Amino acid sequence: MTMAAMSELDVNKEPPVSPAPVEEPVDTTRKPDARSPHRPVSGQLTELLDETVGNVHCDDPFMTARDVNVYYGDNHAIRNVNLEIGKKEVIALIGPSGCGKSTFLRCLNRMNDSIDTARVTGDIRLDGMDIYSKELDPVALRARVGMVFQKANPFPKSIYDNVAYGPRIHGLAADRAELDNIVHTSLERAGLLQEVKDRLDEPGTGLSGGQQQRLCIARTIAVNPEVILMDEPCSALDPIATARIEDLMDELSEDYAIVIVTHSMQQAARVSKRVAYFHLGLLVEVDETDRIFTNPQHKLTEDYITGRIG
Amino acid sequence: MQNTTLILLLGAMAVVAFYFGRSRSLALVGGASKSAALHSLPGYYGYFTVVWCLLPALALMLLWLLFEPRLVVAFVVSGLPDAERQMTGGELNLLVNNIQNLASGDAVSGEVDSVLRAAADRYNEISQWSRRLLAVLVLGIAGLGATYAWRRIQPDLRARNRVEQVILYLLVAASSIAILTTVGIVLSVLFEAIRFFQKVPLTEFLFGLNWSPQTAIRADQVGSSGSFGAVPLFTGTLLITAIAMSVAVPIGLMTAIYLAEYSSARMRAIAKPLLEILAGIPTVVYGFFAALTVAPWVRRAGEGLGFEVASESALAAGLVMGIMIIPLVSSLADDAIHAVPSAMRDGALGLGSTRSETMTKVILPAALPGIVGGVLLAVSRAIGETMIVVMAAGLAANLTANPFEAVTTVTVQIVTLLVGDQEFDSAKTLAAFALGLMLFLVTLCLNILGLRFVRKYREQYD
Amino acid sequence: MKDANSTRMKVEAGLQRRRRKERVFQLIGLLATAVGIVFLGVFFFSLIKQGASAFEQTHVRLDVEMSSEALAPDGELDLIYADFDGVIRSALRNLFPDVTGRGDRRELNQLVSIAAGYQVRDMLVEDPDLLGGKATIWVPTSANVDMLVKGKIDPGIDEAMRPVSNQQIRWVDQLETEGRIETRFNTALFTNGDSREPELAGIKGALMGSVYMLLVTVALAFPIGVAAAIYLEEFAPKNRWADLIEVNINNLAAVPSIVFGLLGLAVFINWMGLPRSAPLVGGLVLSLLTLPVIIIASRAAIQAVPPSIRQAAFGLGASRMQVVFHHIMPLALPGMLTGTIIGMSRALGESAPLLMIGMVAFIVDVPGGFTDPATALPVQVFLWADSPERAFAERTSAAIIVLLGFLLLMNLTAVIIRKRMERKW
Repeated sequence: MTMAAMSELDVNKEPPVSPAPVEEPVDTTRKPDARSPHRPVSGQLTELLDETVGNVHCDDPFMTARDVNVYYGDNHAIRNVNLEIGKKEVIALIGPSGCGKSTFLRCLNRMNDSIDTARVTGDIRLDGMDIYSKELDPVALRARVGMVFQKANPFPKSIYDNVAYGPRIHGLAADRAELDNIVHTSLERAGLLQEVKDRLDEPGTGLSGGQQQRLCIARTIAVNPEVILMDEPCSALDPIATARIEDLMDELSEDYAIVIVTHSMQQAARVSKRVAYFHLGLLVEVDETDRIFTNPQHKLTEDYITGRIG
Repeated sequence: MQNTTLILLLGAMAVVAFYFGRSRSLALVGGASKSAALHSLPGYYGYFTVVWCLLPALALMLLWLLFEPRLVVAFVVSGLPDAERQMTGGELNLLVNNIQNLASGDAVSGEVDSVLRAAADRYNEISQWSRRLLAVLVLGIAGLGATYAWRRIQPDLRARNRVEQVILYLLVAASSIAILTTVGIVLSVLFEAIRFFQKVPLTEFLFGLNWSPQTAIRADQVGSSGSFGAVPLFTGTLLITAIAMSVAVPIGLMTAIYLAEYSSARMRAIAKPLLEILAGIPTVVYGFFAALTVAPWVRRAGEGLGFEVASESALAAGLVMGIMIIPLVSSLADDAIHAVPSAMRDGALGLGSTRSETMTKVILPAALPGIVGGVLLAVSRAIGETMIVVMAAGLAANLTANPFEAVTTVTVQIVTLLVGDQEFDSAKTLAAFALGLMLFLVTLCLNILGLRFVRKYREQYD
Repeated sequence: MKDANSTRMKVEAGLQRRRRKERVFQLIGLLATAVGIVFLGVFFFSLIKQGASAFEQTHVRLDVEMSSEALAPDGELDLIYADFDGVIRSALRNLFPDVTGRGDRRELNQLVSIAAGYQVRDMLVEDPDLLGGKATIWVPTSANVDMLVKGKIDPGIDEAMRPVSNQQIRWVDQLETEGRIETRFNTALFTNGDSREPELAGIKGALMGSVYMLLVTVALAFPIGVAAAIYLEEFAPKNRWADLIEVNINNLAAVPSIVFGLLGLAVFINWMGLPRSAPLVGGLVLSLLTLPVIIIASRAAIQAVPPSIRQAAFGLGASRMQVVFHHIMPLALPGMLTGTIIGMSRALGESAPLLMIGMVAFIVDVPGGFTDPATALPVQVFLWADSPERAFAERTSAAIIVLLGFLLLMNLTAVIIRKRMERKW
């Protein structure tokens, strides 16, 4: 949680969300704040699914999250989040820094496991299967739910080996020819093949920032996942590279469900079908992209979209 | 006069000089209330005087003490009868030794004749004169320097700048000691090694297969000049180093991996300091443990398996040396692993790697230059390690790759050749310096290479 | 787009194998970590098991008659030539009157350390009136009896294989039943210099040698190391010379210590003519050896001082020297001290270079100055470890325990300084 986000709340005289520091447990019985004239009130928000404004459901849900809470040590980072993610849909998670959108994203393929102090409660299902069940191996889950990170992180290996890495560890290719095929298709789908086909043996770290990020996307789709999580994939890129990635996401959305965390509302508006707005660990509002941006239901969402919250 | 007395006197003079320098500066401007008229704070004028008092005097004293023994000996020798002056270097050395011993009242080898007695008296006389002269000169120069500085003090003298300049020179001198040490090492081993190679050809030393440095006791013995083929020493060193590294590298590396990736924070907090203790145990203690506990154990185990094991086997020394090096490898590997950005780890895990796959296929390859650098430093450490091999490996210069046999190493031979009273220019003694030169060169290359790997690698991810 | 199901099945198929690999890998890691720690445990266990008993020494109670006829036949006690051992011998003979043969008597006399005679002499020096009287004294037994009583010699094995004979064992048993045998704190270990007799050998000489050496080392290495660090951090222009010094220091930190010994031998002893075996030379060599450690630690300490302090002082018009000596030095001092102590503890454990400069001689006297022949604690360990007597093995372990104790103390001091004086910026 950043202090910046909170102080801005004070400036706006708009404290519908508990102004207490996030370290404190949420007082779910808190009375509606008398100073707040708005309809939905944070204290109640955390209690019931219905309190998230808009519509958390979708027509063809593929991943469902129910009552998800995440704690980092004593820090309650995500509070009672409910969300459905549809098949072959792009959903954008937006919100100010430290609102928990990245944390939530990392719950979806259990990347939080690698943080010692992180604890996740609630129920997240992929195609009906509980991904936090004891029997489930996060390794198998991550093969189905791939991830692209904020900063392009190609391995210090050749371009070919970067893309071939996933298929190799998962044993997806029976022979070299099949592996070649997977690498080529993945690079092609990531829109990178034309640029790199003559230098597949060169290190992936030698590419430009945008190319590196597309390489990481190629690396992810080489495993043929069903969901791709993208954690601010364009935040380190220039506008042209960003545009290419956005185009790419558009194409990929024909085959995959994509969950993208983004700081840029324009990007969310451009690429996503639905948008979920997070604030201080709460999922405030979820709706069709058009409706969120044209007619937000919640005051906080509106403030954010109009630029009053950072 | 004793040197300590002289130094104490100099110190006293310095205090006096400080006081006079300071008060003169104040007197010149008319008292402490007007000290603002001075360029520097009054104390700096005091220090200015002290610098002039001490530095020339100390420099003279240092030079004097460095060259005095030789000059005294030269004087004594020049006063000897002709017969003695014609003696060869070795005999003359012995004679001079005897003179010195007699002069200081120690036991003397051989008979004391009148010539020797006279020389010893002369030696004492010259030494005493030299001491007196030194005391007079040093104190005189200190006084002159202080007076000179004292007279130069003027309100516009930039005393602070002068003093700071001197301090700067002292700092430069201090930092140059590192260079001087390296130069000293190179020169001291190089000169003796060159003398050695004049007696024993370089090719024999580098490629000869037979090492038995026992030289003749009498000069007229023929053909017993020892043989100085150092190959068995090199192979012995390599064998023990290889054993040590095959213990230290996998264990150190896996320890680093386990502590970085798998262990709980609590276990890490316990295990790391324990491993540091391992690094802090003196090598002589490892040597004792290797010789007394591990060697018999290795022998029993080897014989249980049907091998013939020497009581001072390469294996025992190598094993213990390996354990000693574990902390070095694991801490360098730990640095290398932690220098790999966590984005790499996330990327691999995000693709569905298991933790071991992440480690072996992504992080370790990325950390490889750092790890290689660390291993090179560890090899250098193993090659130069002395006490463990002196105590647990043997003296037998066997040319073998069998870890159950006794081998000897470069360091063991250096110690063996130089411990005890040695004649300084016998081939045997000089051989130690030739070995030292080899040792220094090899470890120098390994160190520079290793440090370069480690640093380059750190910069890569900075 | 390929079928997601087929991908999933392929992944699932490999999962079992990969999990197994993962477990094996983790287990290997755990075992590797355990190796170092288990070694440490075994090491300390065997060390203490072997060395703890050396802090005690078996003594035997004798009733001695300091008869004037035996000790001062000419009427005057001659402290050098008087037959003090005879007093002990007759005391033993009185205990075992039936031992008559020459060989048997010699064996009987071997029960008691030669230190017993010295003890009688010292008593007489202290109180000359004892001459002609009787006294009951506890004297140390010989090392072999000491080993026997401590159970380190197995009386069950063949007589020819052990250093004590059957009748000696019988005598010792008899003395024990008479209550004349007792183990007491081994003061000799801490008050004596080296000796050929294990029961007389002590570490005081080596300890003092180490102390003198460390004094020289700290007096040289600390100021020079700190000065060098200050120059390199605060004054050195970033040029090739500074680079060269930097590379040099890093390399010197990794040069084998024995090479420093060669330097000491060639430069300090052969060229400068300083005495062999002297703590002065040892200290010089160890200063060169620890200098890189101190410089590196001091530089790190200086780097840790935030630039804001520097800027503040410069802003007030302080000269560069004043900034360094008034502001940076005091703040960096704890780090420098810690580095120095670590360097000193490395110097204390170092033995290889000392072998080169003649500090391995057998020296009985406790050194009284910087140029007296001396040895050092780790070298004493080396010397004793080489001795064939069983009792020396025990004492070696004891010397190691003392050495490790000092090292522990130094490192604890360093940790405390770091904790106490550490600042968080």
